[in-house]
Amino acid sequence: MNDFLLIFRRDFNPGENQPSPEKLQGMMKDWQDWMGGIAAQNKLVDPGNRLAGDGKVVRADKVITNGPYVEIKEAIGGYIVIRAESMDEAAEISKGCPILTIKGNVEVREIIAM
Amino acid sequence: MAFFFFKEEGHFDMQNDKILPHLFRTEYRKIVAVLYRHFGFEYPEIAEDIASDTFLTAAETWGLKGLPENPAAWLYTVARNKAKDYLKRDTLFKHKVTPAIQPESLQIPETAIDLSEQNINDSQLQMLFAICHPALSVEAQIGLALRILCGFGIDEVADAFLSNKETINKRLFRAKEKLKEKKVKIEFPGEGEIGSRLATVLQTLYLLFNEGYYSASKNTILRKDLCLEAMRLCYLLIEYKLSNVPEVNALLSLMCFHASRFEARMDENGEIIRYDEQDTTLWNKELITKGKYYLNQATKGDIISKYHLEAIIAYWHTIKEDNPEKWENILQLYNRLLITAYSPVAALNRTYALSKVRGKAAAIAEAEKLQLKGNHLYHVLLGHLYKDTDQQKAIDHLQTALKLAKTAAEKSRIAKDLNSLTAVKVI
Repeated sequence: MNDFLLIFRRDFNPGENQPSPEKLQGMMKDWQDWMGGIAAQNKLVDPGNRLAGDGKVVRADKVITNGPYVEIKEAIGGYIVIRAESMDEAAEISKGCPILTIKGNVEVREIIAM
Repeated sequence: MAFFFFKEEGHFDMQNDKILPHLFRTEYRKIVAVLYRHFGFEYPEIAEDIASDTFLTAAETWGLKGLPENPAAWLYTVARNKAKDYLKRDTLFKHKVTPAIQPESLQIPETAIDLSEQNINDSQLQMLFAICHPALSVEAQIGLALRILCGFGIDEVADAFLSNKETINKRLFRAKEKLKEKKVKIEFPGEGEIGSRLATVLQTLYLLFNEGYYSASKNTILRKDLCLEAMRLCYLLIEYKLSNVPEVNALLSLMCFHASRFEARMDENGEIIRYDEQDTTLWNKELITKGKYYLNQATKGDIISKYHLEAIIAYWHTIKEDNPEKWENILQLYNRLLITAYSPVAALNRTYALSKVRGKAAAIAEAEKLQLKGNHLYHVLLGHLYKDTDQQKAIDHLQTALKLAKTAAEKSRIAKDLNSLTAVKVI
């Protein structure tokens, strides 16, 4: 078993695609069910954190900009760490992630063991 | 203040042949806690010897002369005198071999062994913190708690652990040696330390309760006693200002809710009756009310511990009507519980709740990912989930469960389920 970081990205400026309050309520449950399902398999290593929408980016020339979505449409909304046999299994688990229902995506990265 | 749920103490209008076992149950632990506190773990045998000898003296004296007016007070006096005699001999001995000790120290102060209610409670509470020491295994902690704080005989402790006297004696001896070696003091932890020590104490009480609630032993009286003792000790913590924190209230609430189903969850043979088959009129309303009270107390803080989550889950189980809201709440609580701390039981219960909310097919898909194939309850759950759609699979799972189950009570319960399935199949 190895640990994998799942990074959730989504559009922070959904504009007209803003989900309804009912949809948001349903999403909350979906998140809990999905995380609970991973935890029930004893594969949740770290429930991670959700990130606030605004942030700043410090660049090589030490210029600070509001970011990070000036150039990219999607920003990181949160992350968790899971345990899986392989990259394939970790990706399979990610298929259930509710971020996909609002056109977000999950990036799966193996954590290098020290 | 008396906690209504516990055996009435101080009522001696019972038959004479019951009084010694009764007093042993209620008074031994008090005497032993006070004596331990006085002598410390340095000489662990002294406290228990004096307490046991006190009861022997009572048996002989009362047998010859009849009952004293106040048997408990009589026991305290005898225990106090025996302890003083011991101290006198001990000091005398030390005085003879080490003449440096001044003769004044031969005086034993009247207050040396204080068996007042306050000191008994303090001693028991301090003892609870002392034996829930991180250096001891959980089994050793529970064993010592049963012996010293609950006044269980070695036979009963052995019964509770499905073990034998020799093993338990050895385990307790080693545990006491360890406390001596670590120079563990019988005292209240400092205010800064109480939080971390309390976590171990709560874990021990939680397991002590579970030992009674889920134990494989068919001795229902013993099992109930274990639960009641865990609740009594939890209540001691609530009565002490520094340990009356939300987690403790949540734990007692959880215990009250569970205990409310005690009469309903077992038949006269000690066999388990499942939640959805229980006679709900047997659920104890007073305990449910108590549970709600302590749950309310538990929410007076910002912390949501695993005891909180479990107490709220247990609260939803006290609502008889099966409605989607109930199971949706239980499911979300199990999700949170599992995210906080994994346990196979929580994983299985979550899957059961999921079947109530999202249907059996969805639950089967989740269940198959659980990797608990060596756990008989996993197969019982799948047997239940498959029963309406795939009889053969249901039977296969129950047969595996039957092979994996360890106790007679569980085996006979699974065999019953199997019978009802195969009977339907024949028709």
